[in-house]
Amino acid sequence: MQIPAIVGAGLIVIGAGFGIGKIGSSAMEGIARNPEAANKIQTAMLIAAALIEGIGFAALFAV
Amino acid sequence: MEALFENLSIGLFAWQALVFVVLIFLLSKFAWKPILKAVNDRETSISDALNAAEKAKEEMKLLQSKNEDLLKEAREERDSILKEANAVKAKIVAEAKEQAKAEGDSIVAAAKESIDNEKMAAVSELKNQVAVLSIEIAEKIIRQELSGADKQKALADNLADEISLN
Amino acid sequence: MRIFKFWRTLLFVALLPTCLSAGNSDNQESSHGHSHHQNGKKVSREQAKEFIDHHLQDSYGFHVTEGVGFSLPVILIDEGLQVFSSSKFGSHGDQTAEVNGKFYKIFHGKIYKTGADGTLTMDHGHPTNVKPLNFSITKNVFVIILMSAFLIYLFSSVAKSYNKGNLAPSGAAKFLEPIIIFVRDEIAIPNIGEKHYKRYMSFLLTTFFFIWFLNLLGMTPLGVNVTGNLSVTACLAIITYCITTFSGNKNYWGHIFWMPGVPTPMKIILAPIELLGTIIKPFALMIRLYANMTAGHVVIMSLLSLILVFNTHVATGSFLTLTLVISVLELLVAALQAYIFTMLAALYFGSAVEEAHH
Repeated sequence: MQIPAIVGAGLIVIGAGFGIGKIGSSAMEGIARNPEAANKIQTAMLIAAALIEGIGFAALFAV
Repeated sequence: MEALFENLSIGLFAWQALVFVVLIFLLSKFAWKPILKAVNDRETSISDALNAAEKAKEEMKLLQSKNEDLLKEAREERDSILKEANAVKAKIVAEAKEQAKAEGDSIVAAAKESIDNEKMAAVSELKNQVAVLSIEIAEKIIRQELSGADKQKALADNLADEISLN
Repeated sequence: MRIFKFWRTLLFVALLPTCLSAGNSDNQESSHGHSHHQNGKKVSREQAKEFIDHHLQDSYGFHVTEGVGFSLPVILIDEGLQVFSSSKFGSHGDQTAEVNGKFYKIFHGKIYKTGADGTLTMDHGHPTNVKPLNFSITKNVFVIILMSAFLIYLFSSVAKSYNKGNLAPSGAAKFLEPIIIFVRDEIAIPNIGEKHYKRYMSFLLTTFFFIWFLNLLGMTPLGVNVTGNLSVTACLAIITYCITTFSGNKNYWGHIFWMPGVPTPMKIILAPIELLGTIIKPFALMIRLYANMTAGHVVIMSLLSLILVFNTHVATGSFLTLTLVISVLELLVAALQAYIFTMLAALYFGSAVEEAHH
């Protein structure tokens, strides 16, 4: 039995979701610890999330 | 992925490229440059104004400290003047007291002297009076004593006796 | 502004079912308003999917709903310039257009050259007919031109408002100036650096407002989907790539071809990876914007289609509410994607002009 490609895409999206979740939680922790750096952390968080998001989309479109 | 790139349209791409490049050029010339310049100018003017305000504040502080110094000096001067005045006052009061005392003393002395004089005068007058009264009394007594011839003779005898005895 | 957006969202939610019903008009009599889906026929999933697909595609006319709209010029390069109105393809775009003795037909949004009978020879679902170079003013091109004109009008009027000598911003500048300053202070300066950022401000500001406003326009019931079109995002990404490449200094190319501070064999391995990275970066930019906007449109239109698919009062209420929530989220995404695109572009420019500091 062959596994449909959409399952693989789903797996990648789950992974990407976990990744973005981790980034978000770490950013929250970082901001809570060091509220003055909130702006820098936010920017870095968005960049990292955007990069992971790219992988997720690539997976979706590769199907 | 292939389905994705099937959607690519050369025409749309070309139009987008053309319009976007023209848009960047036009907006940059008519919008971004003037806007950014205005914003920059305003920011510099604001920061200049803030700097000027800061400077004025510092000057104010300087003036204030100068004022305080002046005030302090004035206060010191006033204090010293007051002190001096107090000293002068004390001196004057003391002098006045002394003078008053001396004067009082001299008045008292004069009064004493005059009292003494009055007293002496009174005493001497009293003495005179007493002497006059004594003489009068004596005269009266003598007149009484010598009122008869025999009494006069006795006195003469007495007196002669006394003389003869001597 | 916030209230304005809110009402626009409401308007959007209220009007979209009308658009949807108009899109599926093949077997329905035309009727308008909210009550339509309660007494109309149910819509099948296939119809809904087809309508959503149709919405995501570019088209040769600007039709908000059935009968409301206008045709746009088709420009083909086929033995000379062929310019004609898209109305020649018929109101549903399924007829053969005859221009100067040449025949054209639309298949899945692409124009093919056919014979007089208008038949397409198919091979594995793709026509094998000749595709003439197509520079038509499609709906997206039309919206892009309109939006550019609007941007020029808006921002040149903002620029003029400063000329009156008043230092404080007034009118539209009051709202737009903080955003311009945001792009400068939060996107350009931290990523590119104080020294070089001025050169890129025009591109960054134009890109930011272009993407943002088109994203917002996509939220309206006009049914335009410009930023969710791969050709548009590809163009933006390629311009970004060109600017990055042309402004790359010695340090930038040094880091790509001969990474300093790593052993020589590593340098040889890293060079192709880094070189590939320069292409992947703008590629990701392209995919990200396209996918986000497409996904947003698909989600909202699917939710609205579900109203018609289920065709009950409960479904109407719940899916309208859900659509409202998602629409608010999409408003955020509209700004966020513009921000991310601009910021990543700034980041790439920044790496290209970064001075060596080892």
